[in-house]
Amino acid sequence: MNESQQTAFEDIKETVGDVTVDNPKMCLKNIDVFYGDKQAIYDVSLDIANNEVIAMIGPSGCGKSTFLRCMNRMNDTIPSCRVSGEMMLDGEDLYGPSLDPVLLRARVGMVFQKPNPFAKSIYDNVAYGPRIHGLANNRAELDDIVVNSLQKAGLFSEVQDRLDAPGTSLSGGQQQRLCIARTIAVSPEVILMDEPCSALDPIATARIEELIDELRQNYAIAIVTHSMQQAARVSQRTAYFHLGKLVEVGATNTIFTNPTHELTENYITGRFG
Amino acid sequence: MSPATLLLLALLLGLATFAFGRYKALSIARSKGGNRYLHSLPGHYGMMVGLWCVLPALAILLAWQLFETPVTNSLLDSAVPQSISDKGEKAVELYKNDIRNIVSADQLDQVTDPDKKHAALRLNHLNSFSRIALLIVMLSAALIGAALAYRKIKASTEARTVVERILHVFLVSCASIAILTTIGIVFSVLFEAIRFFQQVSFLEFVSGTKWSPQTAIRTDQVGSSGSFGAVPLFVGTLLISAIAMLVAVPFGLLSAIYLAEYASPRARSIIKPLLEVLAGIPTVVYGFFAALTVAPLIRGLGESIGLSVSSESALAAGIVVGIMIIPFVSSLSDDVITAVPQAMRDGSYGLGATKSETVRKVVFPAALPGIVGGILLAASRAIGETMIVVMAAGLAANLTVNPLEAVTTVTVQIVTLLTGDQEFDSAKTLAAFALGLMLFVTTLMLNIIALHVVRRYREQYE
Ligand SMILES: Nc1ncnc2c1ncn2[C@@H]1O[C@H](COP(=O)(O)OP(=O)(O)OP(=O)(O)O)[C@@H](O)[C@H]1O
Ligand SMILES: [Mg+2]
Repeated sequence: MNESQQTAFEDIKETVGDVTVDNPKMCLKNIDVFYGDKQAIYDVSLDIANNEVIAMIGPSGCGKSTFLRCMNRMNDTIPSCRVSGEMMLDGEDLYGPSLDPVLLRARVGMVFQKPNPFAKSIYDNVAYGPRIHGLANNRAELDDIVVNSLQKAGLFSEVQDRLDAPGTSLSGGQQQRLCIARTIAVSPEVILMDEPCSALDPIATARIEELIDELRQNYAIAIVTHSMQQAARVSQRTAYFHLGKLVEVGATNTIFTNPTHELTENYITGRFG
Repeated sequence: MSPATLLLLALLLGLATFAFGRYKALSIARSKGGNRYLHSLPGHYGMMVGLWCVLPALAILLAWQLFETPVTNSLLDSAVPQSISDKGEKAVELYKNDIRNIVSADQLDQVTDPDKKHAALRLNHLNSFSRIALLIVMLSAALIGAALAYRKIKASTEARTVVERILHVFLVSCASIAILTTIGIVFSVLFEAIRFFQQVSFLEFVSGTKWSPQTAIRTDQVGSSGSFGAVPLFVGTLLISAIAMLVAVPFGLLSAIYLAEYASPRARSIIKPLLEVLAGIPTVVYGFFAALTVAPLIRGLGESIGLSVSSESALAAGIVVGIMIIPFVSSLSDDVITAVPQAMRDGSYGLGATKSETVRKVVFPAALPGIVGGILLAASRAIGETMIVVMAAGLAANLTVNPLEAVTTVTVQIVTLLTGDQEFDSAKTLAAFALGLMLFVTTLMLNIIALHVVRRYREQYE
């Protein structure tokens, strides 16, 4: 960090706005994350509400992905990464004995920044999750789940006659929707999306945004995005991160029209601090 | 001057003309106001001149080496005395050869026969003339080439294109040497094999079940007309390769999965090189390991449970060949498994898969084409392996699939057919070529299948 960053960093005292919600699906309290000796997240607390989309925005490297990955313990797969703090899903401790990471990740699904279909057919890509979790008792049920998920992800009409084709043969936007279908096939309760549209063209982006809006009826969704317009379009709440701290949280309307913190305002109006 | 000196001279000239060409290009550039007014870099102009100097010189040197002897030889005709040339072609050649030896051994003053002396002097004369002529022709070709190229240097000359094209041709010719060598080997084996099949029918060779390649050397010898049914050999080869693959594939693959997915970086950095040491052990060492340690062990074990095991067994050889090719399987598989993108693993973990589910259902299928390629490559190693089998599997051409008996393989028979004093055109020795051809075709097909599998999946999943 250079000097001006250092002072900016010290200026971020306490999160502005209410980090809690009335009907929390997930509660994260006082999260610190370290990569080796380097701290990436400083004492962040945030609730994720049911049937709501929360957008996480902030400059590159501020820790959005890292924070998102805390929520389904994906950080555990990085050897150097250490997470501390209190994390709850429906009041259950994420690190408690009743929730092992495997079960947790079936309940908290994740869509990654880059589409990452498996080296399998389209069908098998979507059927993968239901198969490993034993969600279908026979082929017909599995077919149902696959078709349903593909339909929800808005991909079915494009691929229905080539479900045997490799997932990697799809276009980038189709691949991303395939990954979304794969995630909803295990019927998670929370969906985490890390810049799901960063590799997509405006049309594919619009589709996915529509999809997110529909998914909100049934799921709690947290989305990381670099596009302020996207955050404004799809989310109900917005959280602004800066240098590993959570600066401000609030209703999306308020954050985008009338931010309280100076850093938030700078970021939103395009003047990076 | 010897050809080596001439070569050096040509290269030195090339360097010098390179400097001239570059200098001229530089001065043109200076007068125009900078290098960017030249079409190419000054070095390219230098290289163009240098290459035009060296290449003609080399071509002439090469041509001279090829044609010098035939030419001087025919010029020597006039010095052959009438008495010899009356005796015919062969005598003339012998005589000339004699002269050639005298000259090359520099024993001119020991020759007493005036005719011979005359001829030798003439050859000596021809030789020195040839050497001087070569020097002159080569130097002038070099200088003319360089001068022409030098004169061509202008700001607009496309020296870079010329140099790139020459380099291209050079690289292509290097690659073709390797290919031509392969083709040459294939054809020589093919022709010898065809000679074999003129003596022994192809059908008998590929379907006969009796292999005893002893043919009579003299017509009055008794017995042994030889029988060349290669089936026992191929069965033996396949048996041993199959045993080897049964050993190598599970061990190699599982250690690759352990190394790539489970081992800590520290453990990996120790275990991987250790495994690769296996590939560096000479096959002779494996051979006596098989013959002196593994075979008696298997025999002892077998006998303790009441099986009869011959002291040389396919099992012993197969196991040791398998051990030898473990690193091929593990190293190649490890590479392809590690190359599976982390994003794919993350995707699987993100859906709640466990580590072993991720490895089995996501990473392994993604790496499969590469793994299959590695396995097929290892299989062709196993099929071609000779030393271990010679030492541990025996020479008896039994037609059996019982791994406890002695068998022999194609490679072992090739070795025994060709070692020792042999008449070169008997069916016995030619059989080695036929076997070699069959072996080559087998491994070639394996390799083609391997390439095909790998390519098909790569197209699908990349
Ligand atoms: N695997 C890792 N090992 C070490 N440091 C890491 C690792 N991943 C992230 N970091 C560090 O943690 C900090 C936060 O990274 P993170 O990926 O969460 O940022 P981000 O907000 O998602 O950025 P972007 O918008 O560019 O994706 C960065 O300083 C980064 O260098
Ligand atoms: Mg990120």
